[in-house]
Amino acid sequence: MRKDAELSLPEARQLAERLMRQQAALGLRVASVFAALLIGLPLLNQFLPELAATKIGGFTLSWFILGVAFYPITWALSFYFVRESDLLEERATLEAALEGKNPGKGETKR
Amino acid sequence: MIPLLFVTAIIIATIALGIVTTRKAQTASDFFVAGRSVSVFWNASAISGEYLSAASFMGIAGLVMKGGYDALWYPVGYAAGYLFLLLFIAGPLRRFGAYTIPDFAQGRFDSPTFRKIAVTFVLFIGFFYTMPQMKGAGVTMSSILNWPYWAGILVVGSVITFNVALGGMKGITVVQAFQYWAKLFAISVPIFVLLAIFPPHSSTPANDILATSKLPRMTSNKSFAVKGALATPANVIALSDQEREYVLFPEGAILDGVIPGRKMQPGALSASMVLSAGYLEASGQLPPELSGATLVNPAGFPKKGNILIPKNAVLAISPVKSEDGKPNSVKLSFAKPTKIQIYSGDGGHAIAPNAPPQDKWLNPFGPITSKQGFPLLYTYSLIIALVCGTAGLPHILVRFYTNPDGRAAKRTTLWVMVMLGAFYVFTPLWGTLARFNLPDLYANNATDSAVIKLPTIIGNELLGQILSGVTSAGAFAAFMSTFSGLLVSMSGAFAHDIYGKILRPGASDAQRLTAFKGAAIGVGLVSMGLGLLVETFDIATMVGWAFAIGAASYFPLLLLGSWWRGLTKFGAAAGMLLGGFSSLAAIVTSMLLDKKILTMEVAPLLRSLMEQPAIWGVPLSITTMVLVSRATKDQVPADVDIKMLRLHAPEELGYSKDYVN
Repeated sequence: MRKDAELSLPEARQLAERLMRQQAALGLRVASVFAALLIGLPLLNQFLPELAATKIGGFTLSWFILGVAFYPITWALSFYFVRESDLLEERATLEAALEGKNPGKGETKR
Repeated sequence: MIPLLFVTAIIIATIALGIVTTRKAQTASDFFVAGRSVSVFWNASAISGEYLSAASFMGIAGLVMKGGYDALWYPVGYAAGYLFLLLFIAGPLRRFGAYTIPDFAQGRFDSPTFRKIAVTFVLFIGFFYTMPQMKGAGVTMSSILNWPYWAGILVVGSVITFNVALGGMKGITVVQAFQYWAKLFAISVPIFVLLAIFPPHSSTPANDILATSKLPRMTSNKSFAVKGALATPANVIALSDQEREYVLFPEGAILDGVIPGRKMQPGALSASMVLSAGYLEASGQLPPELSGATLVNPAGFPKKGNILIPKNAVLAISPVKSEDGKPNSVKLSFAKPTKIQIYSGDGGHAIAPNAPPQDKWLNPFGPITSKQGFPLLYTYSLIIALVCGTAGLPHILVRFYTNPDGRAAKRTTLWVMVMLGAFYVFTPLWGTLARFNLPDLYANNATDSAVIKLPTIIGNELLGQILSGVTSAGAFAAFMSTFSGLLVSMSGAFAHDIYGKILRPGASDAQRLTAFKGAAIGVGLVSMGLGLLVETFDIATMVGWAFAIGAASYFPLLLLGSWWRGLTKFGAAAGMLLGGFSSLAAIVTSMLLDKKILTMEVAPLLRSLMEQPAIWGVPLSITTMVLVSRATKDQVPADVDIKMLRLHAPEELGYSKDYVN
């Protein structure tokens, strides 16, 4: 059942840290784009109100960004993250198999 | 009558689906997390269905109507929170293999004591979240059937509680998924009809939403009901500062205040000077339709305390500019419920009281965020609450365990964001249309009912009733699904965590099921009781508060617990308790101040930070976790690296395990 016994603690720590570093780097990269947007829009509203009030169709620019454009942007960011994150995990699985440890008979249900 | 048919149909469909699927729910595992084998599409539909609550379906439209631009942060935050959940929490949490956040708390730190602490927040956040759902039920029933507020809560609350006690969550998975699609239909299809009838943007300036000169005017001069002091703060009528107006009191009134709408800047005219120097008029020609009434003498205004207004009296109000160059208005605060009529001095219909002026409504930093004078701070705090809070909602996270693996959990989150965005993009349109076509809701302090009421005013009455039936059914789907999910989580916390782990660790499956059902009924009753107390708060705002508490308690626990091996149980518990309880205390105090149950002078900056605490609550919680963990380094679990592997290694490597059997 559990594979815990097969790795010594230092080995486990090394592997865990490697996996986490990769995923965290990816997560932070995506998060920073998103955070820039969340921090930036109120600043735009505060310091460039004329630009924010530019009319686009029936909206102002600021309404358009917050009411409509925000959603597709978050979709694109999540799509990118899910794809990259899957790739990272496939690579980690391959590497582990090559190193001869845990040859892929975990209790996955996929 | 027609809306009632639609509502009945959705209730019957919900219960029938629940009963049919319950037959398949046999084991306790089925009951708690639906056997953990739900496909990505169904799971995403079910999460979205559970997530789209009364706040999404009714609350956003109401808040956009009331506050304009600033309210748009709510739907964006509700949807965007899933991105943070996706980036840092969804995958690891599923891989760790626990049913609930308390399971995670116990498994990550091998501490049953910590489980007891963690479980308390399921209840705090849960009850905070059920209050607005109950308000949604009360408002919908009073809109479509003229029931009193409490009756809607009682009937709807009982139906849902009964359904959950019968079916558990297996019944709910299919139901929640069905309800997502019902809600998407109900928010989108009617709005296309309404947009065709009331085009919001047209070449004539009078119909252009962006035209700053446009004012929402009442649709008739009929009298409308105002609430008394029991409904504080909804007992206030803020008159427009744009033009001369007459307020008629056909039945007389007892006011507890006639006060200037805006506090005077230092150096400008004092409040009393403004009011006596021409705001309230002692003389003048009354318009013909008011010729039988008597003019109230304004001497001595502004004042507070019992102000007796005789029957058939009129208050005449003309805007004057105070010395800071801005017009000011007058607020009437009512001690007892009564009826009033408002007439425009120019003839025609009066500007709706309580409606924000167009520029405030249209532009950022309007009435919602600048209430206390710190709009940028308020905005950021709201964003933090919503974005971080999504990860701290107990009834949502439990759903992630129904994914077969971590990868499916991430894919599910992606689909949830698409489904939520497709829904939320329609909600502000409702609020915008209601502002210009149904401004009477401002006067009644009933903006939360915009989605239900708006379709009824179109020319074709039958079509209007049908569309209102569709939105009423959608609203029902909204508070039914969220309330069910919360009931399952909270009852699960009782049955699984408190009863099954603490009170009677050896309890059999059957005993745990009985405990679950009993807990569901108890939690349902308490929720209904709380719902009765919150009629005057905006639905979306209340849900925002539940998010703020989640953001300062569970979010830091999950984030640091998944990514920092140095976190100890003492650090996690201290941060969660300090952040969570201080946010809770701040919000409750702020609510009591709003209701004037607490009366004390609070500096505006502090008041702003109390109303939206996430900007200090989340950092406080995280900092406490880090500092206390550092101080208790020796408490890091010995096998922490195995746990980190379990959280982060893909399933193929074989380190994941289902924590609870």
